[in-house]
Amino acid sequence: MTMLAVGRPTRPETDIANETGLESHGNGLMQDEPLIFELGNWDKTGVDLPEAEFDASDLAGLTRESPIGLPGLSEPETLRHYVRLSQKNHAIDLAMYPLGSCTMKHNPRLNEKMARLPGFADIHPLQPQSTVQGALALMDELAHWLKTLTGMPAVALSPKAGAHGELCGLLTIRAALEARGDARRTVLAPVSAHGTNPATAAMAGYQVVEIAQTDDGRVDIADLAAKLGPDVAAVMVTNPNTCGLFEREVIEIARLTHAAGAFFYCDGANFNAIVGRVRPGDLGVDAMHINLHKTFSTPHGGGGPGAGPVVLSAALAPFAPAPWIVSGEDGLHLIERNEGEAAHAFGRLCAFHGQMGMYVRALTYMMSHGSDGLRQVAEDAVLAANYVKARLSTALTAAFPDGPCMHEALFDDHWLEDTGITTLDVAKALIDEGFHPMTMYFPLVVHGAMLIEPTETEPKHEIDRFCDAVLRLAAAAKAGDVARFKGAPFKAPLRRLDETAAARKPRLRWTA
Amino acid sequence: MRYLPLTAADRAEMLGVIGAPSIDALFADVPASARLAGPVDLPPHQGELEVERAMGRLAARNRPAGAGPFFCGAGAYRHHVPASVDHLIQRSEFLTSYTPYQPEIAQGTLQVLFEFQSQVAALTGLPVANASLYDGSTACAEAVMMAARVTRRSKAVLSGGLHPHYAEACWTLAHTAGVTTQRLPAAIDAEAAVIDAINGDTACVIVQTPNVFGTVTDVSAIAEAAHAAGALLVVVTTEAVSYGLLKSPGEMGADIAVAEGQSIGNPLTFGGPYVGLFAAREALLRQMPGRLCGETVDAEGKRGFVLTLSTREQHIRRDKATSNICTNSGLCALAFTIHMSLLGEAGLRQLAKINHARARSLRDALAAIPGVEILTPRFFNEFAIRLPKSAVGVVNALAADGIIAGVPVSRLEPAAGMDDVLLVCATETTALVDIADFAEALTQELAQ
Repeated sequence: MTMLAVGRPTRPETDIANETGLESHGNGLMQDEPLIFELGNWDKTGVDLPEAEFDASDLAGLTRESPIGLPGLSEPETLRHYVRLSQKNHAIDLAMYPLGSCTMKHNPRLNEKMARLPGFADIHPLQPQSTVQGALALMDELAHWLKTLTGMPAVALSPKAGAHGELCGLLTIRAALEARGDARRTVLAPVSAHGTNPATAAMAGYQVVEIAQTDDGRVDIADLAAKLGPDVAAVMVTNPNTCGLFEREVIEIARLTHAAGAFFYCDGANFNAIVGRVRPGDLGVDAMHINLHKTFSTPHGGGGPGAGPVVLSAALAPFAPAPWIVSGEDGLHLIERNEGEAAHAFGRLCAFHGQMGMYVRALTYMMSHGSDGLRQVAEDAVLAANYVKARLSTALTAAFPDGPCMHEALFDDHWLEDTGITTLDVAKALIDEGFHPMTMYFPLVVHGAMLIEPTETEPKHEIDRFCDAVLRLAAAAKAGDVARFKGAPFKAPLRRLDETAAARKPRLRWTA
Repeated sequence: MRYLPLTAADRAEMLGVIGAPSIDALFADVPASARLAGPVDLPPHQGELEVERAMGRLAARNRPAGAGPFFCGAGAYRHHVPASVDHLIQRSEFLTSYTPYQPEIAQGTLQVLFEFQSQVAALTGLPVANASLYDGSTACAEAVMMAARVTRRSKAVLSGGLHPHYAEACWTLAHTAGVTTQRLPAAIDAEAAVIDAINGDTACVIVQTPNVFGTVTDVSAIAEAAHAAGALLVVVTTEAVSYGLLKSPGEMGADIAVAEGQSIGNPLTFGGPYVGLFAAREALLRQMPGRLCGETVDAEGKRGFVLTLSTREQHIRRDKATSNICTNSGLCALAFTIHMSLLGEAGLRQLAKINHARARSLRDALAAIPGVEILTPRFFNEFAIRLPKSAVGVVNALAADGIIAGVPVSRLEPAAGMDDVLLVCATETTALVDIADFAEALTQELAQ
């Protein structure tokens, strides 16, 4: 028996965990948690509000008489409920979270602290501009950093997410084309594109035509040239692309696109790989959105909020949406309509001025890193991905083994042939090893894709721990230990969930 | 650099395993002409102290709402948020997790979304709600597009009481898809005017209550008129606290309800990030945009939650998807859910009553000022007043005295011909002494 100095055993003698007869519905400290609707007494409240004289005479009989159906909890119950729920989540702060294409890097807490300064968090979007000069200066400074890092002359800050940025970019392109009386109907995008690219193009009123991919995972230039023509408004290319590879012919892609009178839209989801080392403006890009929640580390928050500013070339800049910040004699001004310098703006994407809370976090992040630190970000991100690719290629099959990758390493499922184990099984088994799985089955161009993005904020020992875990699983798969995979995860808060049942008879809210 | 864990020795060792001579070799695919030799022209890295100082200087040049009398609403509202809300949303497991693609290790986020959807459904009086959109304005634009898909018609009628920014966001999304937005003239109390504009091409009518001028409206008759013509009724609300006092969109016959959820749990933050609420009738479920969270069971039969009906979405349907929306507004939705759980039905109703009472106090104080005319006939916590001079001038003059008086209509819509109209708002954060100070300053300003 293993004991520490005072004689207390530090390891269990036998596996007796399942023989205790415990009737708890959870696993030790990880208990099942009811919904708020199932907790206690609905008349409670966790806020103490003053009494108010109520007089309905200004409401013309519109008062809500029937029960709303909202439970209330005291503060201690609320804390316990949501802390318990939080413990059922995996997070970057717990372990490497190598979701390819998502850039799950460390979220500095200084960014959170700065976003909560009353001078940023407690200002109204429509209070007089003379009372928010610091906020406008911050937006102007963020714009300066984004323009300098991308080598582009203009930026539209207001898009609220990456997909919203794509929409902003395509609508800007559409407005520029219409302004020259050149309505075009088609957008070209590679088969490997994020699903948002074709969805956005369709929303912007374009037909989407796919561009083929070469055997080495890049845009097929001959196919692109063949499909370019007078009806093509834009070519949308992700660079580095979703296979984690730099488009070597990117300058030629831009040249061909421009020669056809079209604009070159770059999906900047993977900007983290090149920030500080390559400026998209030097590659011929006309428009590119930047996911502040990826490259500039605003937290993902379980699925948003994000922010997707779009940098623009000089040809597109006049058509960027309102609001615009301009400098005047008495300070900075927001132009909120299509007038003055913004006379050709395509309109407005959303109410107000975009994701100010994310601007504060992103600028804090950029200033912390500086030009030297941001360059190091790209270098370490690319180094980490190539290291993972090198280590795992001893047992897995890299989708594009020749040459370096950028910030993420892509594997296919050939290494699982004849094992009866799928990419999904490997992902679920990784959970039992203590990691969030890699991105699976994306990009679509690779069979059973596994896309691994370690990011620059992982220490080497954590990357090694991850690689060791994957290699253990690979050995188990090749040894025929199918049970370890098919039933996985065994050690998560829940076992595999039945998604088919959820979709067949949707139950989307609590009912008594 | 404090956020980068790799040491020089690590880097050398990793390059060795890769078999690359240098970092530069890993960037070999970048065209030589585009490789930057050194850092771009921006300042070098800084410590926490230096960055905090610089950001603090910028923040100090803004006048926070809480620093004195403050009366802005018009789509963004200052409410008190309990301390526990901000503590909980900064839990690492909520803050630093991704969209719940692996449900077995994201049950925290997923159960929160299920609770959020349940709360939004209850508040709006409609059976299905999604897991949130970017904000109220983009939710409104998505509602137009959804109505066009459902009815296969291509015209939306927008009331003159709809927030002008919302109307503009609708136009932006609709016009490229061939859907026209007919916007009726701005008017204080004219939601019902949409009825006359409904015809056989109308996919939906968009009305707002309380509207941008604060007017609350029973939209039941509008619902009947829309349904008689085969059109959908979309009801917009920018002040979610009003759900605690006023009839819900569902009770009044709405097919789709959209709202800005910022008021519950989220600070003003100069306009974003916010959280868009989106709810609809059951029959419209499969045309809804955005993420949906549904209940299911795991392999052992235990209850759990997953993202569902994803065949509507861009990562499956690509150019045939209902929207290009990828994320929701997760952390803002979490703040909403926690704050709403703390309030509960009793707290929300009480909060709404306090807001209304404060607005009545403000109305009474302003109505007593010579030259001020109250324009909004029925209101919740904001209303419009006519001044005997330019509202912008008055707001600027009072701002110089430390009073943020409200939002001039001309800032939102210069062409409305309402240069003398000011939108004012009071919430539970508005002290009675603030109202007295505002009334006194306005009286003096108008006497000049």
